[in-house]
Amino acid sequence: MRDTIKILSVVLLLVALLLVVPRSGSFVVLLATRAMCFAILAMSVDLLLGFTGLPSLGQAAYFGVGAYLTAILATRYHIGLGWDFWLVVAAGMLVGAALAALFGLFALRATGVYFLMITLALGQCVWGLAYRWNSLTGGDNGINVGSRPNFGLDLTDETTLFFLVFGFFATSLAALYVLARSPFGRSLEGIRERELRMQILGYNTWLHKYLAFVIAGAFGGLSGVLWAHINGHVSPETVVLTTSVDALLMVVLGGAGTLVGGAIGAGIVFALREYLSTLVPWWQYVLGGVYVLTILYLPTGLMGIPAQIRQFRVADGKGGRSGKVKPLASAPS
Amino acid sequence: MPALELRGLCKSFGGLQATRNVSLRLMPGDRKAIIGPNGAGKTTLFNLITGIYPVTSGQVLLFGQDVTRWPSHRRTALGMARTFQVTSLFPRLTVLDNVLLAITGVRPAKFVMWRALSSYKDVYEKAHRLLDGVGFLDRKEVEVRSLSHGEQRQLEIVLGLASDPKILLLDEPAAGLSSGESAEMVKFLAKLDPRLAILLIEHDMDVVFDVASQISVLHFGEILETGTPRQIHDSPRVQEIYLGTG
Repeated sequence: MRDTIKILSVVLLLVALLLVVPRSGSFVVLLATRAMCFAILAMSVDLLLGFTGLPSLGQAAYFGVGAYLTAILATRYHIGLGWDFWLVVAAGMLVGAALAALFGLFALRATGVYFLMITLALGQCVWGLAYRWNSLTGGDNGINVGSRPNFGLDLTDETTLFFLVFGFFATSLAALYVLARSPFGRSLEGIRERELRMQILGYNTWLHKYLAFVIAGAFGGLSGVLWAHINGHVSPETVVLTTSVDALLMVVLGGAGTLVGGAIGAGIVFALREYLSTLVPWWQYVLGGVYVLTILYLPTGLMGIPAQIRQFRVADGKGGRSGKVKPLASAPS
Repeated sequence: MPALELRGLCKSFGGLQATRNVSLRLMPGDRKAIIGPNGAGKTTLFNLITGIYPVTSGQVLLFGQDVTRWPSHRRTALGMARTFQVTSLFPRLTVLDNVLLAITGVRPAKFVMWRALSSYKDVYEKAHRLLDGVGFLDRKEVEVRSLSHGEQRQLEIVLGLASDPKILLLDEPAAGLSSGESAEMVKFLAKLDPRLAILLIEHDMDVVFDVASQISVLHFGEILETGTPRQIHDSPRVQEIYLGTG
């Protein structure tokens, strides 16, 4: 019953997004398109961080190979500008998955903060390649993707692109939701809670983590393909550590282990960044403050607020109020 | 054929020999116990049997098959289950989810990604049956971390039984229980399938003497003596280990 309500409210939100955004001017359309693209990346991080308990700080690597693949195919071979855009989407996911399959062999030898360090290092390897491999990646200048695909749908139109990215976002959300509730998805939660017990219960936990890592890589690759066309320009900046950190913080801000949290986090970060940067030059401090406050007062993220309120109520007897509620009031929302 | 056989099992951690030449046979339906003072290497022995630690030398056989180099999950698939001395549940998941995870662990469905776990009727029915058996059905939606210690110990065993094991290794099931709760535990263990082979580690002598038909005494990683509860109870060497010679 509660699941049905949750699903319904998410569907309603998505429909609202679909109805409101295209009528709110080109700036909002652009913003929403970018946020949804990053939301896919954030959800791929959430699959690792929230469900499996693996804090990945290298998700930009898969995002980057997806984006570079798209840019290189489009500029050098003119592939992916017509109906074959869909082939590039598939190829981007495959390349993301393949790179994750390689990196996973190293990264999954560690857990906790060591996992974080290894994924960071591997991510920086990709950045190094993008920066140095001039003949392929254009080095520091990057690649201008130029024209956008046109396959009946003309993606040069920002609103059409919005609808396409929305489709990918909603599909990814649905797919990851189904995955999270499947026996495999539930096994990831078990691994997050107590890996040793899972081994004793008969799970090959390494394989489960590896599969999750590869799947997250595929979604990272997908978001990269979209980003190449949204942004129109791919450079080492795309694969730099900041992208990985952003994705991780979006998940933490929205609430890890919820999928939707990552999407909300992406929306908030992009909105704050784009709006605030037009208002004040010190907008980065605001964003930093938001992160600090979230981690201090809302370790379960924005999606954890209802549960926290419930907990406070239980602690206070019946719906009573006390000083305990204060941290919530000062938290960003 | 023995369900579980240990042949000359040894384990060293650096210079410390934690397990020395332990041999043991457990036939289907056997109820054996291993006792010994703290640090005798009882839990280490379990960790060797379940594959958490690699052995230094010797063999572990499950139903005649040499599993010495196998990872834990493959041993579980052959029909082995264990519980932990320090409760090792999934604290932030509900009671029901804990049991569901334990049931799917030995089923191929654990790799299914495109179908909700809640659509597996047989898994849910089995979980409800298991929880009903221990009177937990009314608490199935409770997060495990808010159960009492005694309830968590019981759930520990339910998780061990969820995979329908043929061999059950119990690591101090009565640890931290009151004497009343211990008696409950003994009754519960007595009701289990008589074909199930049980190897028990326990400090609580009442539990050991009630459950096991044969007891081995482990001291400094070595089996000193094996016999019926009566024999062990009267053995001067065992008394020496536990009480000292004075």
